[in-house]
Amino acid sequence: MAVLVLADHDNASLGDATAKTVTAAAAFGGDVDILVAGNGIGDVAAAAAKIAGVRKVLTAESDALGAALAEAVEAVVVPLMSGYDAFFAPATTTGKNVAPRIAAKLDVMQLSDIIAIEGTDTFTRPIYAGNAIQTVKSSDAKKVVTVRGTAFDAAADGGSASVEAVDAGAGIGKSAFVSQELAESDRPDLTSAKTIVSGGRALGSEEDFNKIMEPLADKLGAAIGASRAAVDAGYAPNDYQVGQTGKIVAPELYIAIGISGAIQHLAGMKDSKIIVAINKDEEAPIFQVADYGLVADLFNAVPELTEKL
Amino acid sequence: MKVLVPVKRVIDYNVKARVKPDQSGVDLANVKMSMNPFDEISVEEAVRLKEAGTATEIVVVSIGPQQAQETLRTALAMGADRGILIKTDTMPEPLAIAKLLKAVVDEESPELVILGKQAIDDDSNQTGQMLGALLDWPQGTFASKVEIADGKANVTREVDGGLQTVALDMPAIVTTDLRLNEPRYASLPNIMKAKKKPIDMKEIGDYGVDVSPRLTVVKVTEPPVREAGEKVEDVDALISKLKAKGAI
Repeated sequence: MAVLVLADHDNASLGDATAKTVTAAAAFGGDVDILVAGNGIGDVAAAAAKIAGVRKVLTAESDALGAALAEAVEAVVVPLMSGYDAFFAPATTTGKNVAPRIAAKLDVMQLSDIIAIEGTDTFTRPIYAGNAIQTVKSSDAKKVVTVRGTAFDAAADGGSASVEAVDAGAGIGKSAFVSQELAESDRPDLTSAKTIVSGGRALGSEEDFNKIMEPLADKLGAAIGASRAAVDAGYAPNDYQVGQTGKIVAPELYIAIGISGAIQHLAGMKDSKIIVAINKDEEAPIFQVADYGLVADLFNAVPELTEKL
Repeated sequence: MKVLVPVKRVIDYNVKARVKPDQSGVDLANVKMSMNPFDEISVEEAVRLKEAGTATEIVVVSIGPQQAQETLRTALAMGADRGILIKTDTMPEPLAIAKLLKAVVDEESPELVILGKQAIDDDSNQTGQMLGALLDWPQGTFASKVEIADGKANVTREVDGGLQTVALDMPAIVTTDLRLNEPRYASLPNIMKAKKKPIDMKEIGDYGVDVSPRLTVVKVTEPPVREAGEKVEDVDALISKLKAKGAI
């Protein structure tokens, strides 16, 4: 048996989600190869080759792959799959974008966002915003899977896999990269941060969101997250959103500030190790999942917390 | 330009799903059902394209039980022109849905299909991308902005690091994210008008598509329950608790 894992990267460095997906692939069983599809990806491939337990790193390079266009990634992966029993992608926006195209081309029903592997054909995944956990058995000959990063530990370094180039494929060529606006930040990545401070609608404005949240995040070395309500209101950018359809996080410490705790938000953070909630509404549902709840006006409590830390 | 918008009838956004005691699934008896919120955003985007003179006709399609007709009526009241209901009492998997939608696309020849990025019941996030692959059409998933000009769809996508804009040759697939627009509420006159709009009743058998399931549900269980902790008096008490836990 062999599994092809799609690397998570930005052409310059390898994302943490890759080593977590390797852990899931190893649990599935068989040889694990990593595909790095991108452009100018020498460093990424070298980092992928160091992950323990990896047999080979395959590289495919083109402009379209550098922008991770789904149509281009599909064209690389589908021909490779004759040599693999499974395709595992991290459940990142890139993984979610490309995996179903590959599944459809292979005539396979994809298993999305898996959190456990019970065997070579049986997988566990959350449904209904994590309010139910489904165990499903696939009858397809090949498996196409996306992996929830918070459910698997990262595979360790220590490997020395060989690196070989594969055909970048032509693809259907009907899509092109135009531009991107990526957040520049010195803070840790939201999905791998040990500590997250997350703000909600109660922050009231973009200005107050930044004024209250940033000093606390600086003090704790934390990533900043937000509820959907805060993102919809324009207080925080879209890539901050934690929840059912945003980012799924499970840090050591999650501090929810002015977040009421809608089902959809809880779906994205309830696996955090310690949850702190600061909210002036003592009936807020967030307190039902918080280890420590502070009923207080965030505009007083958070600056005080920042100062005393 | 004709736009096709698939819509799904799902558990209402505000309802917390309950697992059945026999672990066979989620209990949907007597539960409020609504249009999948991402599909509402899709319908709204199509209606805005029509209001802007870019789209000429909006066809909405639903695959589901007889009651999915109400979901289609909601879309028609928002401004879609006509509906197609492919009736089934089973819940076909995303791959089967994508195959049925491909058959509808082959009949209707839309230039744009706008789908919700995921349904809030099974949270799969697959159908749009699968349809794109089956048709060999390009896709702009998780869209927060869509501009149609000169035979191309420029789609700004919400990605993990921020935003990415891609240009797609038409015909194309778009899947919607939360920030694309704020769906309207249908007005009473439009709800009345929608009752007269046509809905074509179909069966899965009309399309000659194999929809047999590939997955067997072994069980559906409750997630581990997280116990509520304690309330702390003040900031000092919070800090000492977190220090005692080694969290800070």
